[in-house]
Amino acid sequence: MKTPMPEQEPKERIKNFNEVTLGYDEEDAVKEAGRCLSCKKPVCVKGCPVEIDIPGFISFIKERKFDEAISKIKEKNSLPAICGRVCPQETQCEELCVLGKKNEPVAIGRLERFAADWERKNGIKPPQKVVPTGKKIAVIGSGPAGLTCAAELAKLGHNVTVFESLHKTGGVLMYGIPEFRMPKAVVEAEINYICSLGVEIHTDMVVGKSISADKLRKDFDAVFIGTGAGLPMFMRIPGENLNGVYSANEFLTRVNLMKAYRFPEYDTPVRIGKRVAVVGAGNVAMDSARTALRLGAEESIIVYRRSEKEMPARKEEVEHAKEEGVKFMLLTNPVKIFDDGQGFVKKMECIQMKLGEPDESGRRRPVPIKGSESTMDIDTVIVAIGQSPNPLVPRTMKGLEVGKHGNIIADEDGRTSVKGVFAGGDIATGAATVISAMGMGKKSATMIDKYVMEKK
Amino acid sequence: MFKIIRKENLAENTKLFDIEAKSIAEKCLPGQFVILRLNEKGERIPLTIADFDRNKWVITIVVQEVGKTTFQLGEMNKGDEILDFIGPLGNPSEIEKFGEVVCIGGGVGIAPIYPIVRALKEKGNKITSIIGARSKNLLFWEEKMRNVSDKLIVMTDDGSYGRKGVVTLPLKEILDSEKIDRVIAIGPPVMMKFVAKTTMPYKVKTIASLNSIMVDGTGMCGACRCKIGEGTKFACVDGPEFDAHLVDFDLLMSRQKMYLNEEKKSLERYRVRE
Repeated sequence: MKTPMPEQEPKERIKNFNEVTLGYDEEDAVKEAGRCLSCKKPVCVKGCPVEIDIPGFISFIKERKFDEAISKIKEKNSLPAICGRVCPQETQCEELCVLGKKNEPVAIGRLERFAADWERKNGIKPPQKVVPTGKKIAVIGSGPAGLTCAAELAKLGHNVTVFESLHKTGGVLMYGIPEFRMPKAVVEAEINYICSLGVEIHTDMVVGKSISADKLRKDFDAVFIGTGAGLPMFMRIPGENLNGVYSANEFLTRVNLMKAYRFPEYDTPVRIGKRVAVVGAGNVAMDSARTALRLGAEESIIVYRRSEKEMPARKEEVEHAKEEGVKFMLLTNPVKIFDDGQGFVKKMECIQMKLGEPDESGRRRPVPIKGSESTMDIDTVIVAIGQSPNPLVPRTMKGLEVGKHGNIIADEDGRTSVKGVFAGGDIATGAATVISAMGMGKKSATMIDKYVMEKK
Repeated sequence: MFKIIRKENLAENTKLFDIEAKSIAEKCLPGQFVILRLNEKGERIPLTIADFDRNKWVITIVVQEVGKTTFQLGEMNKGDEILDFIGPLGNPSEIEKFGEVVCIGGGVGIAPIYPIVRALKEKGNKITSIIGARSKNLLFWEEKMRNVSDKLIVMTDDGSYGRKGVVTLPLKEILDSEKIDRVIAIGPPVMMKFVAKTTMPYKVKTIASLNSIMVDGTGMCGACRCKIGEGTKFACVDGPEFDAHLVDFDLLMSRQKMYLNEEKKSLERYRVRE
């Protein structure tokens, strides 16, 4: 069995925005590291999109050489405190761990997090100086893809400038994932580390508006686009524009980025009712439902058109949500939202669904059951049914090919239809995970390095 | 950080700021807006660009003090700095030779209509401008507007200056006597709504600049969504200007009231500080 990780009690934690999981102490970490068999041919590494030397860093933890453990991780990953927290390890490194066949796999994510947190507490070592190449690279977007790409390129000696449209760096790590799952101080510390590698970050720069993507292409030797999938989708049902209906992006941005949970100390307000319905069942939906409870909602209900098995959220997050009292209305789909006569949400009409044949995604398609409509009293609706790629950058770069969903078409190495322009993360793949964005950012960095060094 | 290089009191509770913002001044066009955040605990608010000087790297904004953030900004002075100043955002106004154009600025809306009038004038349009406010002490930029218009009509609700009445009064007279090619209105939603109602029977293309609640201003949240015809649009990236005959102004007004209680609470807290 994995060494358990201490957590805040559900009853306590729904009253605050502090991190739910508390992390291993040194004894827990050494104990858990002791479970690793240090395989000669470690398969776990194959499951890691950035190929961290997992047995390598775990051996150092076994020997209490925490300093060397984190250095080992940072050879491959510049954002370990983030990855250790939000990677879905169960479908990556830990899924392949040989111990997992008979027992539980080694808690690789928790150990990575421990090493990163240990370093942050004990003083982050400055990175080694590298020889500058004189090449200039622009990175658009400071989310996981952009940050990883920037860090890798800086380590190779390139001069990297990141352009971020919001006033804070980090993309979804800052505005999307809540404080109780991803403390902003941790994100800031990791970003400071990336800056210490020589990466320059310009916030408040909306590429496509403040500066055109074509201009960046002229001024820099190469460009990486990591602008994500930030465009919220709505259900297109009557009543969706009533007061009290939020996109999950708006709701989470207000709470996380603007710190509306500390209103009026902070100026940005957020409104939460007594009964909140969150439509969708991905990680964003879980984050929204759990945030609603912490803002004082008496009831927070996930409304999902498929069954529990098809829910795209991480198991751990679904468990956390259940422990905290989030309710689940499955095989249910909203059809109409009613107002209270004052422009605010009062009720929502839903229809029951059953599962039919599998669709393109391989999941069974939900089919409405005729005549099964019912109405529930609700005062806030949060729509978390997905995001699509942001069109601001593709619109201002000539010749950049986009797919039918607005995603930038890029090959496995991140090359786009425009020479010297690379893309990765959600803008290329559609909404996916933090680590897959980082993996693509890293791959693109290798190709960008090759491209600029060969270019005359 | 973005420095305030000039401040001017334009009217009651209405202040002008010239702000040094090189990259915005280089690129912005009439009709676009900025988002600003005063300090670390501040909220992001949208403000339409009222003027710009590309040579001096200056953006002019005009702010009406209505709540916490705008009062706080109103207390700032020359030399003070604004933490975040982002733009230019939104689509620029359509500036072409339309012919006879009526431009209407209501209240603080006089400021953002000004660069549009100037640009339309430079394109060779014949412009009648109508500016209006509740009363004399809320009016500003009469001369500035006169200089870029062929004709200027000043209205006050209470008759304390210019003609008494609302802006739709002279608008209707003009529509009855002349062939107008386009009407552009910026001001409170209720004013824009009645401008749209007035021009509708005459089938004159009418443009309104929508001032919905915004957070990021880059299309990632949908706080600013509005109903245009049968579709939902985001004012920050699809607008802020839309065909006024298609806008659901009642929804816009309703959505603006979303945070009335919170806004009141925030302002009260600010006023009793120390």
